[in-house]
Amino acid sequence: MRRFYGVELETRLLLGTAQYPSPAILARAVRASGAEVVTVSLRRESAEQRDGQAFWELIRELGVRVLPNTAGCHTVKEAVTTAHMAREVFDTPWIKLEVIGEDDSLQPDLFGLVEAAAVLTAEGFQVFPYTTEDLVAAGRLLEAGCEVLMPWGAPIGSGLGLNNLYGLRSLRAHFPEVPLVVDAGIGLPSHAAAAMELGYDAVLLNTAVAKAGDPVAMAAAFAQAIAAGQAAHAADPMEPRDMAAPSTPVIGKAFLG
Amino acid sequence: MQIVLNGKPCDVARDRLDGVLEELGYQGAKVATAVNGNFVAGPLRAETWIKDGDRVEVIAPMQGG
Repeated sequence: MRRFYGVELETRLLLGTAQYPSPAILARAVRASGAEVVTVSLRRESAEQRDGQAFWELIRELGVRVLPNTAGCHTVKEAVTTAHMAREVFDTPWIKLEVIGEDDSLQPDLFGLVEAAAVLTAEGFQVFPYTTEDLVAAGRLLEAGCEVLMPWGAPIGSGLGLNNLYGLRSLRAHFPEVPLVVDAGIGLPSHAAAAMELGYDAVLLNTAVAKAGDPVAMAAAFAQAIAAGQAAHAADPMEPRDMAAPSTPVIGKAFLG
Repeated sequence: MQIVLNGKPCDVARDRLDGVLEELGYQGAKVATAVNGNFVAGPLRAETWIKDGDRVEVIAPMQGG
């Protein structure tokens, strides 16, 4: 079993905590998903409202591991500074590193990502880079010290699923030992199952659960789909073929023409 | 003096970061800080001087994907 910086995860779903209708529904969705890891972020805190403190209490009560992100960062300096702050607040070396390069697609800036990853791994961070399926970038990220890669399935929040199956399959084949997580773009449990069937180690998603009509039920559906996809991959699926091959034996068939 | 706290002008009397946080009501809060874009770790707040016009960021956990 591939580990995430030495951590073994029973449930291969990493769940985002944003955009839920209420904190109570978020908590129920996390429990229903079985997720052992949730993503969190950092924002400005008002001394009067202290929203962040209440959120932190909620997460602590869930007893899950947190993966802080650098969402919204567009430069290496912003991302590195945010990572420093996250490490202090959340007391973890884990960081989901996002360096956004393009605002319409929220596509990662792979050049900045590699640079920031090198800085952070040298400082002892355990970096989960939000990347694309680009093989060269993947190699550079591994050289920079990353031990996990998180290629997108589709643009963040789009729900389009796995846009580039060939690219994701290539990435899996090129780096058979590296833990790979499809992060972003998942819309349906079937997308998540497909990622696991490709041999991916986990799926990270947020909007597909948070924006479902019933987030708790959708969280449970994703858990089942991911478990099914993982089991299917382990069971070694058949090779597809172009022409039909009868599944019912033809030998001994009665001549009735 | 006037600083810029989380993007908004703000008058403060204290002149070191730990004092400014206390004055503004952040006692006991789980926050991280930056001054003029540079991270200031918790243990260094007591020796970080704040001057007029400094940009102070105080951030805390929030929901994220």
